[in-house]
Formats: sequence, C-alpha cells, structure tokens
Amino acid sequence: MGLTHTSTGLGAVDGGLTVMRRSPSDRVIALAGNPNVGKSTLFNALTGLHQHTGNWPGKTVANAQGYCERKGQGYVLVDLPGTYSLLAHSAEEEVARDFLCFGGADAVAVVCDATCLERNLNLVLQTLELNPRVVVCVNLMDEARRKGIHIDLSLLSQRLGVPVIGTVGRKKRSLHTLLDALDQVAEGTTPTPPPLRYPKRMETAIAALEPLLAPHCAGRLSPRWLALKLLEGDESLAASASAFLGVELMEEQALAACLSAQRSELASWGFDADRIRDFMVSALLSAARRLCCGVVTFDREAYDHTDRALDRLLTSRATGYPIMVALLAGIFWLTIVGANYPSQLLSQALFWFQDRLTELFTALHAPDWLHGALVLGVYRVLAWVVSVMLPPMAIFFPLFTLLEDVGYLPRIAYDLDKSFRSCGACGKQALTTAMGFGCNAAGVVGCRIIDSPRERLLAVLTNSFVPCNGRFPTLIAILTMFFVGTAGGLGASVRSALLLTGVILLGVGLTFIATRLLSATVLKGMPSSFTLELPPYRKPQVGKVIVRSIFDRTLFVLGRAAAVAAPAGLLIWVMANVTVGEATLLAHCAGALDPFARLLGLDGVILMAFILGFPANEIVIPIILMAYLAQGSLLELGSLESMRQLFLANGWTTLTAVNVMLFSLLHWPCSTTLLTIHKETGSWKWTALAAALPTAFGVVLCALTTALAGAWGL
Amino acid sequence: MNEPHYLSDLAPGQRGTVRALGATGAMRRRMLDIGLAPGTEVECLGRSPAGDPSAYLIRGAVIAIRASDGHDVLLRSR
Repeated sequence: MGLTHTSTGLGAVDGGLTVMRRSPSDRVIALAGNPNVGKSTLFNALTGLHQHTGNWPGKTVANAQGYCERKGQGYVLVDLPGTYSLLAHSAEEEVARDFLCFGGADAVAVVCDATCLERNLNLVLQTLELNPRVVVCVNLMDEARRKGIHIDLSLLSQRLGVPVIGTVGRKKRSLHTLLDALDQVAEGTTPTPPPLRYPKRMETAIAALEPLLAPHCAGRLSPRWLALKLLEGDESLAASASAFLGVELMEEQALAACLSAQRSELASWGFDADRIRDFMVSALLSAARRLCCGVVTFDREAYDHTDRALDRLLTSRATGYPIMVALLAGIFWLTIVGANYPSQLLSQALFWFQDRLTELFTALHAPDWLHGALVLGVYRVLAWVVSVMLPPMAIFFPLFTLLEDVGYLPRIAYDLDKSFRSCGACGKQALTTAMGFGCNAAGVVGCRIIDSPRERLLAVLTNSFVPCNGRFPTLIAILTMFFVGTAGGLGASVRSALLLTGVILLGVGLTFIATRLLSATVLKGMPSSFTLELPPYRKPQVGKVIVRSIFDRTLFVLGRAAAVAAPAGLLIWVMANVTVGEATLLAHCAGALDPFARLLGLDGVILMAFILGFPANEIVIPIILMAYLAQGSLLELGSLESMRQLFLANGWTTLTAVNVMLFSLLHWPCSTTLLTIHKETGSWKWTALAAALPTAFGVVLCALTTALAGAWGL
Repeated sequence: MNEPHYLSDLAPGQRGTVRALGATGAMRRRMLDIGLAPGTEVECLGRSPAGDPSAYLIRGAVIAIRASDGHDVLLRSR
C-alpha cells in the first residue's frame, strides 16, 4: 500500500505514508488544509482521538492516523500536516503532497478556514490538480458567522465542480454531512472539476507532454499535473513519481526529448523555473480570487474589527510587553491561589489514609520492613507527588491551554521576534519557549515549526531554560515557604505570583543569553527570513479545554510522575534503611555528593534528589522530604509550614532556597525531553549539549550566589 | 509622506499593491505561499512593540513580516 517514508527519503519527518487499514473495504480519507484551520479538531471529532490542538500554525507536524466507522463502513483518516501549498518547499509540504499523490487516498477533504476562504482556496485548487476526488470542507462556519462573513457554499461547489460542505469542527451533524460527501466522491459519483488554466505558452508545453505521460500514469496520477511539475523542474517529484509508477520517467527517450525541447522553448520566451512557478502561483491566486467573488460577502467592511482592536492592545508599543507579563503573572496567581486549598485538603486526606494503612499493617502483624518499604516508602512519596504537584498542574494546564486556544501565543512570537533575532534566532522560538511552560518535550517537538535548521537547533537546545509544568510546583512551594510566608492571604499569593514571574523572566532572559552564546559559537549564522501568520482570535471552548487538559495532559503527566515516584520512594527507603559500615546507604550517597553540592549552596540530599528526579522533575521535592525524614527527624507533615520546619531543621537557609530554585530552573532536562531532543536532532552530540548547557548555567549561577553570599557573610 | 516603494515602507494603515518580488529561493516561495504575488493588495496593520516585524493584511490573513524581508517586495507606484 503506497510508499513507506523510508523509500521516499522522508526520514526526517515521521508519521510516514503507510496507511493501516483494518479491513480491505475501509476507505482512506486524507485531511489536508492550511495550518491552523481546525483540521486536528475535525480529525479528533471524527476519530475520537486527541491530537493536540491549539490556535497556532504548525501543531500537526507529521501524518497522524485515526479510524472511524459509520453505517458499517470503516474509514482510515490521515491528518496531513497543515500547509499553505503543495509546491513542496518544506518537509511538511512534501509529506502532504506525497501522500496526496501516492498515498492512495480514496477521497481528500480539504479543510478551509471560513474566515479567510480566499487564501485557503489556493490549496484546494492545487489539491484538485493532482487528485480530483476532493470534498471542500469549509470549517469554522460559526466563527465566520460571528464576524458577519457569509459564504455561498452551493455557488462555490458549482464553480469548483466538487462538493462543498460547511462544518463547525465540533458539531456531530456537520460531520455526517462531510462523511456522506466523502462517500460520494470516493464512489466516483461527482463530476470531475474543470482544470485550472495557465498562460498559453505553458498550456502548449503541457499539451505536448500530457499524451506521453498518460500511458505511464494509467489513471493513478494526473498526467497534466505531472507534466506541469516536470516543466517546473521538480526533480524530487520526478524521482518519487518514477518510483511510484514503476517507470524511470527521465529514461523514457521520447518523453525526455519532448521535455527538454519544451523547456528550452519556454526558456526562450523567458519562462525559466522561477517564472513558471510565479505563473503557477499567480494563476492559482487569481483563480481563488475569481472563485470568491460573489461567494464570500461581508456584512460590514470592518468584519475583523474586534481582532484588529485586540491586536492593537496586545502588540502595541505601550501595552504589548506589560500585558504579556501581566498575563503570565495572572496565570501564576490563579494557579497559586487555586492550588493552595485543594493541596492542603489532598494532603490531609492522603496522610489520613496513610495512618489507616499503618493500622492495617499492624493489625495484620506485617513485618516492619514491609510496612516501611510500602507505606513509608512507596505510598508516602506518591502522596506527596499527588498533593503537592496535582493541584497546580490541574489549574495551570487548562489556563495555559485557554491562552493557546484563543490565539495569543503567535502574538507573543510577534512581540518577541526582534529580541530573538538580535540573538541570531527566530521569533517562532517564543512559541516553542511558551510551549515549554507546559512540557519541555512538547516544546522541543514544536520546534519543527522553525524552518531554518540552525534556528531550530537553537530553540531545541534552549527550550529547557524555562521551567515546565513539572517544575512549577517546586518553585511555587519554595517561594511560598521561604519568601512569602505560609500564612496565606491575598497579599501573599500576589507576592508569590510576582516572584514566580520574576523567576520565569530570569529563565527567559537566560534563554536569550544562551541562544546568543550558541549562535556566536557552535551555531554561527545569520538570522534567516521569517513569516508568521497571526491567526484570527477564536472564542475558546472553556468546558472542553478544562476536561481535555485535565484528562489528556494533567493525568498523563501525573501518571508518569507517579510511575517514577513509586520506585524512587522504594529506593530511598531501602537506601535509608540499609546500613553499610557505620552509616546508611543514603548517608553515604548524600555524603559523597555533599562537598560538591555545598559549593552550589545545596546539600548532598538535594543534589541526589535532582539526580533521582531525572525521569520526572515532579519527584524532586518529595524525594528531599523523604530523605530528610528517613534521616531521623520525624515530623507530622500536613502543611507547607511543617515542611518549612523540616527544611530549616536540615540546615536550609534563604540561600539554600534561592539555589534550589535556580538549580530547578537550570539543570539537565528530564529523560523524556532528552530522548525527544535525540529524536528531533538525530544526534547524541546535540542531546549532550542540551543537557550540559543548562546544567553549566545552573552550576555557575549557584556557585556564584554561594560565593557572593559567603563574601558578604550572609 | 514619501511614496512607499517597498512593503516595508508602508506605514500602519497604509495600503499598496505588489508589483514584483525581489526575493529568491525559499523566501520567494514562502511569500508566494502566503499570497504575496504581483497584483496583490496589502495593508499594513501595525508594528510589533519593538518596531519590527510588522503585520500585514494579505488576502484576508494577517501575516507578520520583518522589515528586511519586506524590503524585497516592490510596490506599484500610484
């Protein structure tokens, strides 16, 4: 079935072209579309899968497959990466184009954004050229209506010669209509659309080549389109078409002779490859304009009035940056305030349950070591992970996702492009940095939206300079304990939020410094060009965002943390209770790390916790607690205040707290992130650098604060 | 005000029509992809807080373009 991605040389982009049918009668449906038109939302609605969605271009970077069934008919849906065109300028475009050409789709749904249809029709027209079994799906009809944009779907369908369906991505009814139309075109019951016309000289050349190509194509590929591509001189396509058709096209003498004759004829009229491409694009654009004329009508001239007003507010010189910082601080404040009470409640409940477990073990006359290992080891660490980490995560993730859904993230990239460019990087790095707040691994994958390989590497290597969601709770807990006071109240939460914002801004500042450092040394080069779409603002689906981000992200991340925390808890308990020589294993290890850790203003236990937290940063604080408790000072830990007492009893000072935060911000990325970096860069060398760079920053900064504090006698 | 010759000359609120693209290679294709072909009408919507890049309304979509790239887009004289 089709080609695999290895055979078409697309190793860089996974997802590939192999379609997994469940039964031979399944229909293969490709979903194509411009970036950010709600394609993934539609895909999710059809398949019940949860591809990540958000209002910024470039979320879907490889083919995703899903399955759905209706009236006994199975459908394999392939979500292609969002592209503006199929002229194959980038890896994503090549993936999309090759699937549409060679993937063997029974029908293609080209998803368009109803709020800017004309631009989207460009892709529709290009898709029609290479595969006429198309249904045009005009999505986001609700957004268009809200903006007073009307679209005459039947007139558009009449002009294009293929079915046009209006959809609202999340409504079930419109999905049925779409599947009906796809069935129709798959069965070949709709008329073939008229081909797009090019300037006369090009048409002459196409007409000469077409009959020579038709026998090879044998209905599997459009000979007209192939002729056009050969005239344009697209060699990669000529090669993959040859492989697909099983004929070495360029070695067919009559064809090769005709092609070179036609190309020199065109060249003699000044039609070189660039001109031909310009004519192709111009023909497409003006066709799109003609199609829209009379199809799209606006209630009022300023249909995008609200968007422009919002843009003026969010990106103006006076208010752009302050609002950015205020939004960040606001999100942190809500997270801190909202997490406080549930956190206490959870910890009380979980530790109440620990006492019951202990009673149960006593009643069963279980041996002490079993109780210790399972209850004081595994259960207790799990309880901490859940009570300290879950509430902030469950609040921060949805809030962040809402911001993403509305369409604010590209505005951040727009606002910060100049700063990133002055560091030799690309403004889109702001987007991937913002993604890093949610999860650094996701941020690293997101770096694929950056076109230049050098700038992409910069973004990958510096992504973990901003703390991910797994590190926020650590920062919040320490800030609250040592700098704000555990008494609570409005003032305290505001101060926490502001301090946390400060820490994050430090992280962002260091991102700039690290990026600059890299582009001055190992990744030298000039900033490349930059175009970024600022998508229309969309009303967020609040309810859905909350449910989705809790179930898809929060519970997933928590599950991963818990899976790491349980064995780590056991390990710590064993280390604390197995004695070698005079002291426990834990004391030996902490002791061995201690001298170095002291240089950084930390202690051996803290450094060990960071090392053990390699698989998931969420467990760092729980491990520190566990290790301190295991060393003898038994305390009832119900609140942040008692946690603070425990830390103070173990020699923490303000300096320790500062350094733990600094080191939390700046150390090796978690194992998931590093594996992702390896997958994205394909190199252990870059992966090692990605680990070494933040660690070096952390070590230097912590050593510096410690030395300075020592010099001032603090 | 001087007549704008390049896309990057457009002040916020000003409109122009593309005459030709000076860019070559990847950037040229990127510009054609977003609809910046000769004959296209463009409006400058505003600038980012740092003064660069600027946002342009191109065929119904808002696209941010840096001044250095906008300098490669020639506008028709009026």
